[in-house]
Amino acid sequence: MAGFLQQVINGLSLGSIYALIALGYTMVYGIIQLINFAHGDILMVGAYIGFFAVVYLKLNIWWAFIIAMAGASLLGVIIERVAYKPLRNAPRLAALITAIGMSLLLENGGLMILGTDIRSYPVGTITNKQLPLSFLGIQLTATTLQLLILAVTVVMMIILQYIVHYTWTGKAMRAVSYDRDAARLMGINVDETISVTFALGSAFAAVAGILLGLYYNTIQPLMGIMPGLKAFVAAVIGGIGLIPGAMLGGFALGVFETMVSGYWSSKMRDPIVFILLILILLLKPAGLLGRNNTEKV
Amino acid sequence: MTKVQFSRKNFFALAGALLVYFIIASLLSTGMISKFQEINLMMLGINIILAVSLNLIVGFTGQLALGHAGFMAVGAYVAAVLTLKLHQPFLLAIIAGAVAAAIAGLIIGLPTLRLKGDYLAIATLGFGEIIKGLANNINYIGGAAGMIGIPRLTNWTWVYLMMVVTIIVTVNFINSTHGRACIAIRENEIAAETMGINTTYYKVLAFAMGAFFAGIAGALYAHYFYLIQPTTFTFFRSFDILVMVVFGGLGSITGSIIAAAGITITNAALQDLAVLRMVIYALLLIVIMVFRPQGLMGTGEFTLDRWMPKRGEAGGSAGN
Amino acid sequence: MALLETRGLTISFGGLMAVANVDLHLEPGELVGLIGPNGAGKTTIFNLLTGVYHPTRGEIIFNGRSLVGLKPYQITQRGIARTFQNIRLFGELHVLDNIRIAYHWHSRYRVIDAVLRLPSYHRGEAEILSRSKELMRIFKLESYQNEKAKNLPYGEQRRLEIARALAARPRLLLLDEPAAGMNPQETKELMALINWVRQEFDLTILLIEHDMSLVMGICERIYVLDYGQVIAEGPPEAIRNNERVIEAYLGQEVNGVAPQGGKS
Repeated sequence: MAGFLQQVINGLSLGSIYALIALGYTMVYGIIQLINFAHGDILMVGAYIGFFAVVYLKLNIWWAFIIAMAGASLLGVIIERVAYKPLRNAPRLAALITAIGMSLLLENGGLMILGTDIRSYPVGTITNKQLPLSFLGIQLTATTLQLLILAVTVVMMIILQYIVHYTWTGKAMRAVSYDRDAARLMGINVDETISVTFALGSAFAAVAGILLGLYYNTIQPLMGIMPGLKAFVAAVIGGIGLIPGAMLGGFALGVFETMVSGYWSSKMRDPIVFILLILILLLKPAGLLGRNNTEKV
Repeated sequence: MTKVQFSRKNFFALAGALLVYFIIASLLSTGMISKFQEINLMMLGINIILAVSLNLIVGFTGQLALGHAGFMAVGAYVAAVLTLKLHQPFLLAIIAGAVAAAIAGLIIGLPTLRLKGDYLAIATLGFGEIIKGLANNINYIGGAAGMIGIPRLTNWTWVYLMMVVTIIVTVNFINSTHGRACIAIRENEIAAETMGINTTYYKVLAFAMGAFFAGIAGALYAHYFYLIQPTTFTFFRSFDILVMVVFGGLGSITGSIIAAAGITITNAALQDLAVLRMVIYALLLIVIMVFRPQGLMGTGEFTLDRWMPKRGEAGGSAGN
Repeated sequence: MALLETRGLTISFGGLMAVANVDLHLEPGELVGLIGPNGAGKTTIFNLLTGVYHPTRGEIIFNGRSLVGLKPYQITQRGIARTFQNIRLFGELHVLDNIRIAYHWHSRYRVIDAVLRLPSYHRGEAEILSRSKELMRIFKLESYQNEKAKNLPYGEQRRLEIARALAARPRLLLLDEPAAGMNPQETKELMALINWVRQEFDLTILLIEHDMSLVMGICERIYVLDYGQVIAEGPPEAIRNNERVIEAYLGQEVNGVAPQGGKS
């Protein structure tokens, strides 16, 4: 039992990182129906910005978060403007290919500029201690890093919920994702709203990137590929385009993955995740929280 | 009654195909083609098989699939097991690899084809990852280390023959009532269904056929490069093939052929640039998509008809 | 024996009864209209008849056999073809291919025949081609043969959709607002065409239409639908003077029709 609960704790901290990435995926998908394959690589850029802020600018981790968020937001907006905006009315496949092309560009550009070296955040970037926890009399441990990840994620999610539901920008985002043309007619600046969505999603990715770098204690130019893919799976599992779906999917996937590694084999982790994805798509094609809508004839 | 016509067009096509084969075969035998060029020549043929077969699924039937490398992997592994471990002849290995890939196509096709668009894309991507992950976990086929020492049985004759077979079968299929059924599904699935087309059947058929030829490509690949590993067949491999199809034009066989050749040759030419090559590739990808999203050929074909005086009307090759 | 009969046909979407207890009855060779205000459930009935939706309750008997639970393509193969309110042509394909596709399920040759180009392929293709050309001739679409369907003028697109439906060689043809968007002259020609194909192809036709002059002009019998229920049924004369119908349409199209009714 203690072992199981320990896995849940580990899974939740990994899952919160997935959830942060999945939020960006799902927001972008919700607003322009594009699988932004470059999202995982924006995460990588965010992780590097944070790294350089800590190592060269000698800033603390909180400033690193803020600078990385700003940098990633800018990158996200530029990518959208340069590569995706011209294709908004082109065939979906063209936009998808462009997104994958952008992903390849960031990865290989990263390899070219940063090299294949694996870097890690300097020791002491955060104080990482084992904390004893007691749950219903069962002794467990959590690290301060795990708690930090969880706390940061929860705070980010609250901020996002606030933005989406209680600000004018959030209202505009929801309107554009519901019906772009109608939103335009209502006087909403659609381009700007899409840019804001990219900026927000990318900022979330940057946070996830730094957390991921701390969690695995490594950063490298290809670090975003697998977490990006997994987070997209999480978004689909929860119901793509739905913010609560991305959160639920992220946490669920993190816990599930940790369980598979812990109780079966870490080599089976990735295939099982994708089998889970396909099963969920078959049983509930619109995801756990999604509603199936049929095409109107 | 009509009889099988061996028209002037068919004759020129056959003559042209034979001519290309013999020219390259003689260049190879006289050593005019370097080792490096030979590798790329084989890749060119294999890529054409992959692109044409994926075009059947994505371009003609309109089903966005991102797992073609998975089918290729099935063909490669099954064929390699047959030759390396069971000492069977190459032809049998190719056929077994292709059939196994087609069965994989059926397995993935039957349940997932209820999904549409992006959902299908992500399911097929997941399928490709599952195949890769399973290969990683099966020790009999080498696990993560892969299979080493596969006999080099693939040569120019095999590659060319399989390429021509793939193209002919696909073209003949597309230009039939069955191929038109697939195209109808791409154009408007609901209308296709109300025209009496069993859409599920044709989607699965397209998947199985596409997977079959991807399996052939995998078998050829495995028996040329001596080594296959799970990482040979990543998502990026699938994506590369998709890029060829989209560049060439969805639903254009000649487009796929030209794009597959173009991309393979460009890749070879930029070989020395290492990682810069991938940056250039990515940039080109974005630029081409932004400026020509419909691909090189659109849905059009580059045909001999353009260069020959027309006899009869379009679609009237059967005479009437 | 009736060609088509529905008994208690009902479908509800999340509690809303879009079609409620509808009993239709079509004899072979009849030309029947289905009218009603917007949202009355007319197209939903077509979707039920063609298997796009499955009924919550009720029976659909076509040619003595139940259609409930069949897929759209199976229903087409039993002999029902349709057109769509919002035209659903294969827009990127040539007119000829639009029609050839509809012949699909009548073609006898197999995939292997096509791949190997066996004689049965050539025979089958020649037959499809000649039948398609015949249909294009009948519908005066020959000049558009190699034109993309989406580039056709609107009226021609409607005609092509009917031609395509006929290529499936149905016994029952369902036309969903065939005259929508047509001018009076085109509508008149369409009426003549519908009448003519009914004779020529030995068809039974059920049509949804808002253009009352068309419905009253060619239908032998009319069902009036309101809120998913049949509120009246009978020959055009009776429908025109039916109080419930006038009530249902009050403030709507009948205002435009009533004076015509007075004239006739």
